[in-house]
Amino acid sequence: MSMNGANEFRPNIVAFCCNWCSYAGADLAGTNRLEYPAEVKIVRVPCSCRVNPLFVLRAFQRGADGVIICGCHPGDCHYTSGNYFARRRMTLLFSMLDYLGVEKARTRVEWVSAAEGAKFASVMKDFVQTVAKLGENRRLEDIRCKRQ
Amino acid sequence: MQETMIERAKALMESKSVVRVVGWRIGEFGYDVTPSVFTTVDDLNGNFVYNDFCGSNLSKYLVRLSCEEGKVLVFLKPCDTYSFTQLLKEHRIHRDNVYAIGIPCNGKIDIEKVRQAGGEGITAIRSEGSTVIARTLYGEKKFDRKEVLSERCLNCKSKKHVTYDELLGEEGEVLDSHRFDMVEKLEAMSSNERFEFWRNELSRCIRCNACRNVCPACTCEKCIFDNDNSGVSNKAAADSFEENMFHIIRAFHVAGRCTDCGECSRVCPEHIPLHLLNRKFIKDINELYGEYQAGSDMETVSPLTSYTIEDDDPSIVNRRGGGHDA
Repeated sequence: MSMNGANEFRPNIVAFCCNWCSYAGADLAGTNRLEYPAEVKIVRVPCSCRVNPLFVLRAFQRGADGVIICGCHPGDCHYTSGNYFARRRMTLLFSMLDYLGVEKARTRVEWVSAAEGAKFASVMKDFVQTVAKLGENRRLEDIRCKRQ
Repeated sequence: MQETMIERAKALMESKSVVRVVGWRIGEFGYDVTPSVFTTVDDLNGNFVYNDFCGSNLSKYLVRLSCEEGKVLVFLKPCDTYSFTQLLKEHRIHRDNVYAIGIPCNGKIDIEKVRQAGGEGITAIRSEGSTVIARTLYGEKKFDRKEVLSERCLNCKSKKHVTYDELLGEEGEVLDSHRFDMVEKLEAMSSNERFEFWRNELSRCIRCNACRNVCPACTCEKCIFDNDNSGVSNKAAADSFEENMFHIIRAFHVAGRCTDCGECSRVCPEHIPLHLLNRKFIKDINELYGEYQAGSDMETVSPLTSYTIEDDDPSIVNRRGGGHDA
């Protein structure tokens, strides 16, 4: 979370991107000179199913206001079935976060292929806007990790 | 039932079929019963007990005991057999080394509920039909059995024994329970109300790890919560985040394997309704990936280690019912 001069809230977004599709998609967005918000911090993972539920919680703990997980489209996983497992896991995790009263719009899973640079940029723009509207993450924050 | 069980245990021990018995040991009062290992016939006489307070699930002890020399005899209530089967399915128990006797159960009493209903200074307690009679320092008191049954027994899911070598009593049936009622009630709240509800519950957590230690699904040799770098290995939670994270991860680690035996809530010294977290996962799995009861058989693949191509995207969470903030 940071504030610029105009007192505008700029969320911290962590994006877990799969090495084979979404990370390449982000690369493509870059080489095509497509703009996407600088609030997004990308973490490269070998596969979307590498994302342990703990990673998501840890990101929130360390000050993320939103977490997005990007992987290959279902059926296109480099490891055949990784994203299918990730899909079930993340569905259950997001549902649980919602159950605990954490705003569900703070978490998202999107499928972005290596050819979808434009989609990557638009997904990130949209997600940053959604989280910016929600404001600072207060319900899953660790005050010890907040920088004053 | 207690006498029959002791007879069987003695007979098996004397014939050298088993060398140890896992059961319940009587405490100072009738209601403080502890799980225990009996190795002699003398010990069984007088110390072995089976009553309304033998709530603890003995299946987890088999993880270690079945590795030891000699066969172990275990008494399993219907809901314990689910945990037992789930552990067998995960290859955590040496089946050859266990002799399992299924025993009937008609619900266990929650001593806390008796105390709250005015049962102070109890010296002895027994039940007759649908009444529970407690002898206290202030005279005899009667309670309605339904009022003092533990929460998990009020919503008993099954009286059927899944796995056993021998059965004492009758074979029961899988029941129609209303165990998801409270989960539904929570889901219907707004997210602010849910947040308040869970803050209120989870902020009482003292991180004693009892829920993890007792859980028959938590059998990892190295637990993530014992890692000093996990950020949640402290004794007392220093921050609200830790409580949330600990309980989300604890419930997530047993998702798809939790048989809903309710031990976590039973042992919680702060009476946090932890089963509501597990039941949420069970309910979600049932709704999204088909009905699944962990431990009901050895074959069905766990929903979190399998998938179908038609599964819903995680965005389904946004579209599903449940309260929203205005």
